[in-house]
Amino acid sequence: MIPSAFDYAAPATVAEALGVLADAGDDVKLLAGGQSLIPVMKLRLADPAMVVDLGRIGELSGVRDDGDALLIGAMTTHHQIATDPLIAEHLPLLAKAAATVADPQVRHRGTFGGALVHADPAGDMPAPVLATDATFILAGPNGERRVAAADFFQGYFTTAVDDGEILTHIRVPKYTGWGAHYEKFTRVAQQWSIVAVAAMVRVEGGTIAEARIGLTNMASTPLRATAVEQALVGAPLTREAIATASAHAAEGTDPASDLNGDAAYRRHLAEVLTKRAVIAAAGL
Amino acid sequence: MASSKTITVEVDDVSYTDDVEPRLLLVQYLRERLGKTGTLIGCDTTNCGACTVHLDGVSVKSCTMFAVQADGHNVTTIEGLARDGKLAPLQQAFHQCHALQCGFCTPGMIMQSASLLTENPHPTEQEIRDGLEGNLCRCTGYQNIVAAVQAAADGTVSSDSTVSADSDESETAGVA
Repeated sequence: MIPSAFDYAAPATVAEALGVLADAGDDVKLLAGGQSLIPVMKLRLADPAMVVDLGRIGELSGVRDDGDALLIGAMTTHHQIATDPLIAEHLPLLAKAAATVADPQVRHRGTFGGALVHADPAGDMPAPVLATDATFILAGPNGERRVAAADFFQGYFTTAVDDGEILTHIRVPKYTGWGAHYEKFTRVAQQWSIVAVAAMVRVEGGTIAEARIGLTNMASTPLRATAVEQALVGAPLTREAIATASAHAAEGTDPASDLNGDAAYRRHLAEVLTKRAVIAAAGL
Repeated sequence: MASSKTITVEVDDVSYTDDVEPRLLLVQYLRERLGKTGTLIGCDTTNCGACTVHLDGVSVKSCTMFAVQADGHNVTTIEGLARDGKLAPLQQAFHQCHALQCGFCTPGMIMQSASLLTENPHPTEQEIRDGLEGNLCRCTGYQNIVAAVQAAADGTVSSDSTVSADSDESETAGVA
């Protein structure tokens, strides 16, 4: 399958890329790892007049320590997220979720920022990032803009990134010492999540002191399971208490019905997977 | 009409400079411009892994990458694995373990297995199966494929296979 013809630019800096974007009109796509964009271009579901490849911009790649947070370049690959020592120490939830994305070849090319901006409801990175309360750093014609994770995901494949802007970095607070787990339900290998749950808990003296839960594919955007989080805080570190709290997982969700499962089945999955995710995160 | 771009890519230790349309996929460039038809197009939808090559030493699906993205980079295909007429250990292992039936998935399986063994030289059976989740064998010959990767990792492969060696029935019984 051959995509429609397009003009191509591969700028070397963010400033240069912003200039190209400003001149390119509105029929332009940013190419990150291309593991979602290229397939849809091959199917001609997308046929942009211009593609701006961010792959030559070195400043967009890598993970660095930024005090109480890690600053992650948008072009950092899923493979790098899954294997980076700083991520493993401070944000194991991201490493565990990234390791479940697609397959090894796709993880070598696909990027953290690309997946977040693509904002597929079944994508695995948005829910964990939402659960961490990360901050999205966007570069645009009028300078830098910061968007909280809670405001970033706006709908089906839709984010707060405006035309002419580029997601450059994601600043993710450290959760050093928290237990973390990403529980993903699929029927076959390399499949998109039917439902998945991202869980982080901080345990203190036999009780759960803090909890953060993100849900994948339970609405058109990733969601926080706030009712579960509230029910977990102060709960004893037992399977029974976690199961009781997890019964709230489907509250406030709006899952789709499709060939992989109807909405009622997804609500059931959310409860079961939340229980499993929290039990694993808590090390029980 | 979109303008073409000049790219320089090192493929299997040879440097090539070509004008390409931006929409030309890397796999098409390899097969149709360089004649490297050892890299196959299977599903053409990023699922099957038949088109797997190495980009700067790590596995990628060459149907899901534009040739222009490889400009200035190093590509290794299945045709670049053998050295001095001798099959690479993984190729020998696939031969000895009879890790193929129709053979269509084999180049991609071997390239992904090579990338896996670079990242994890001594994988467990489960790690091999997980490492090959992006490669589909529709003959369902996974059992012998996993055995071949294990044999290559364990170094239990004899080194008498050559690139031109014909299939030898006596070597098809799998690893002891």
